[in-house]
Amino acid sequence: MAENVFIALQNNPDARPIIEAIVDDNPAAVVNDSPGMVKIDCPKRLVIRRRTVEEKIGGEFNLQDIHLTLISLAGNIEEDDDEFVLHWNI
Amino acid sequence: MADKPRRLNLNQKYQLMTRGLDWETTYQSMDDVFPYDKYEGIKIKDWDKWQDPFRLTMDAYWKYQAEKERKLYAILDSFAQNNSQLNISDARYMNAVKIWMQGVTPLEYAAFRGYAMLGRGFRGAGARVACQFQSIDEMRHYQTQMHAFSHYNKFFNGFRQYSRIRDRAWYLSIPKSYFEDAVTAGPFELITAISFSFEYVLTNLLFMPFVSGAAYNGDMATTTFGFSAQSDESRHMTLGLEVIKFMLEQHEDNLPIVQRWLDKWFWRGYRLLGLVGTMMDYMLPKKVMSWRQAWEIYWEESGMALFNDLSRYGLRPPKYHEVATKEKYRITHEFWSTIYQFSHATALYTWIPTNEELDWFSAEYGELFDTVYRPRYEYWAELHKNGERFFQKRLPVVCNVCQIPIFHTMPDDPLMNCCLVTEYKGTKHQMCSQGCKDIFDHEPEKYCQAYIPPQQIYQGNCGGATLEAYKEWLHIKEEETGEYYGSEDHRMWEEWKAQAAGTAVASA
Amino acid sequence: MSIDIKTTKIEPRRVTFDNVAEKLGEGKIPSRYQEVMIGVQQEEVFHYRPTWDPEHEIFDADRTAINMQDFDDLVDPRQYYYGTYVIQRSKQQEALEKNFSVVEKRGLLTALDAGLTERITKIIVPFRHAEWGANTNNLFIAAYGFGTPMPIAADFQGMDRLGNAQYITRIGLILSNNDPEILDQAKAEWLDEPMWQPLRKMLEDSFVLKDWFELHLLQNFLLDGILHPLLFQHLEGEVVNNGGAAFAMVTEFFVDWYGEATRWTDHTLKTAAGESAENKALLTEWRDKWLPEVKNAAAPLAEYIFADRSAEVMKQIADKLDTRSGKIGLE
Ligand SMILES: [Fe+2]
Ligand SMILES: [Fe+2]
Ligand SMILES: [Zn+2]
Repeated sequence: MAENVFIALQNNPDARPIIEAIVDDNPAAVVNDSPGMVKIDCPKRLVIRRRTVEEKIGGEFNLQDIHLTLISLAGNIEEDDDEFVLHWNI
Repeated sequence: MADKPRRLNLNQKYQLMTRGLDWETTYQSMDDVFPYDKYEGIKIKDWDKWQDPFRLTMDAYWKYQAEKERKLYAILDSFAQNNSQLNISDARYMNAVKIWMQGVTPLEYAAFRGYAMLGRGFRGAGARVACQFQSIDEMRHYQTQMHAFSHYNKFFNGFRQYSRIRDRAWYLSIPKSYFEDAVTAGPFELITAISFSFEYVLTNLLFMPFVSGAAYNGDMATTTFGFSAQSDESRHMTLGLEVIKFMLEQHEDNLPIVQRWLDKWFWRGYRLLGLVGTMMDYMLPKKVMSWRQAWEIYWEESGMALFNDLSRYGLRPPKYHEVATKEKYRITHEFWSTIYQFSHATALYTWIPTNEELDWFSAEYGELFDTVYRPRYEYWAELHKNGERFFQKRLPVVCNVCQIPIFHTMPDDPLMNCCLVTEYKGTKHQMCSQGCKDIFDHEPEKYCQAYIPPQQIYQGNCGGATLEAYKEWLHIKEEETGEYYGSEDHRMWEEWKAQAAGTAVASA
Repeated sequence: MSIDIKTTKIEPRRVTFDNVAEKLGEGKIPSRYQEVMIGVQQEEVFHYRPTWDPEHEIFDADRTAINMQDFDDLVDPRQYYYGTYVIQRSKQQEALEKNFSVVEKRGLLTALDAGLTERITKIIVPFRHAEWGANTNNLFIAAYGFGTPMPIAADFQGMDRLGNAQYITRIGLILSNNDPEILDQAKAEWLDEPMWQPLRKMLEDSFVLKDWFELHLLQNFLLDGILHPLLFQHLEGEVVNNGGAAFAMVTEFFVDWYGEATRWTDHTLKTAAGESAENKALLTEWRDKWLPEVKNAAAPLAEYIFADRSAEVMKQIADKLDTRSGKIGLE
């Protein structure tokens, strides 16, 4: 079984650019839609890059803004000003 | 001092804002100021090694949470104004919301207080601040839930007497005893039980499929507070993972203690979630995901990935997780069968699933469902049709640890009931499983105190020794309980539908 | 199926939850504050005794000597529940953020004269630890207090104090151009400078108090009632009068917050004192026991700031607190 990390976001307009950025930056990511929610699985490591989200929205983005749409996640978190990373150490 | 301000990154800023605020007390000893964080035997060499994955300062917290609250209350207001309860899939669905109000919302409140204890109790400032944020979040959860349910309470039964039944109703001892068990333990066990075992490992099974299910069933109030709470929850989950790593990195002696807590709280949490799985499978008229499938995704896949990751600390997956996996085909059906027979002693309604729903169960659960549970339901449906709705006369015997009626079956034999007994100080205590029995045997002094409602009732401590007297003590009226079809909720729903159909015809 | 909602006649069966209706009177529509502040804390049927305090239940009225018929009467006149609380604070933080940004961009604080900077550095920056102490004490009330409204308002009060400590930290960092050394220096003084020791001892003594209502009186009435006016009215006035108006921009929140928190403190003390002669006597006794110590703890700070005017300033502050005591109903 693939050791997936995942992130789940609310299915709303605020989350769209984040989801698109994740898809761009993580070629192995798989997007699962369910009512009200989008769950994105990715083997071992998933990254959200501030720059990519900013390109999508055409403005500034603070990675802490993820909190407004975040539903759940699995994996260890590393976060700095530019990247939010979920990973398993295996 | 430099003339041009240095640039501080997020991490540095957070460190300066939080760390170093505390100090080593000298006028009073640290052990007197923090009397509770050593007696469990967890050894902490350096509290400064505590890592905060989400580095929220107070001003950022106010800002983000206010934005969430503005959105949430705007939706709740319009929900009430538009009588959006009419948009739910079916009034049977409301029973899931009632369980939430009766059983889950009080836990949010208890979590608020429990994490305030941790926010006061740990001697490390980083850990305390993290727990303080969680504490106030949990306060948010109980309040937003009550505000959301307030509107449902105006129309549906099962909400109005929540503050009474929360403590007194036998079936609500399941969630209540779970949380009280955690809060009466020491601080490290509490945070392991709730932040890690419950929130990190198991809460996805509660919130993700269920809240998504609420959305699918047209309940925008629950969906909104549910997902909004879940955005806080992801911070809590991270705290849970952090605290485990922190304890294990601090001292090797912590490993066996932590492992035992993980064993205990996995089992305790899993038993509790059986109730949630039952809500999901039976109370959502429109199905999103079965308990079996949720278990596979969130435990067998994600849970196992997590424990693989943690194996580098010497942790193994919790004891009896294989048993839980074996039970995934039956636990919700065993649970529903039980509530079905006892719902006349609850503030809930129960029913036999429709044929279409039974087909869905057959598809999701396969042979075992078709051979064991389906025939049972069909038999009860037949009885009901003949005017003999089946109810038990007496309250069930419950497990002295998890407080669930003893209906579970043997791990390898779904037809054979499981009941294990421990004798302690001359009294026999029944348990539903080896997992619960291990918990009792490790701390008999704690579990022999448990308030066991059926025993209390038959000793006459709950308003009288009969079921009728007990229900009066709970303030549950006859029409608020038992069979769904023909109930007050059902009749009201049918009226609303008829009115809507009537006006539709009139205007056509 | 979903129903056409505009044309359907919908009659509510009830107005609110039973326990809320019992408390407010049948048929009365509760506010959102009331609906979540009545009877939420459980008071009966506890499964296990706390392993950390087997003498008490998890929530236990006996953790204070104050007696109330109903602890839910100790309401917050601001009517803060979580939503109204965070929305109010977010407005304030937004305004304050603007002030901070003006002060930072224009270098308004770093341009103060050396004497003022010195006083702010010596008094305000170390005070972040006292705010942290106030956080500790209010979290104690949130954890071990009794009834629904008190622990909730105390939790807000505790979080506010974390916010205060962090805002002070930012003031310090502005003064030092983000050199963290200023915080280390302030902590060293907090720990060893004789001027701070009476206050530090006072706080550490408060950390081991077990009666949460006594702690409420000590922290939120006495300590705050002396120290906040001293620092954020009198010292601040002094700084502003000497050309440091920028300082008032970054401390605006403390002043507003104090005025607001005082309403809660006074109202809850007044309610408890009004409940019985025993409560009133007890609160008076506690006040008499702790007030001299609190004044002692503040005296060296007043002397440092106001030198020979310190007695006069302290008297003004104490008089105000006396007036509040009188209104609350203490002897
Ligand atoms: Fe929660
Ligand atoms: Fe939580
Ligand atoms: Zn059990």
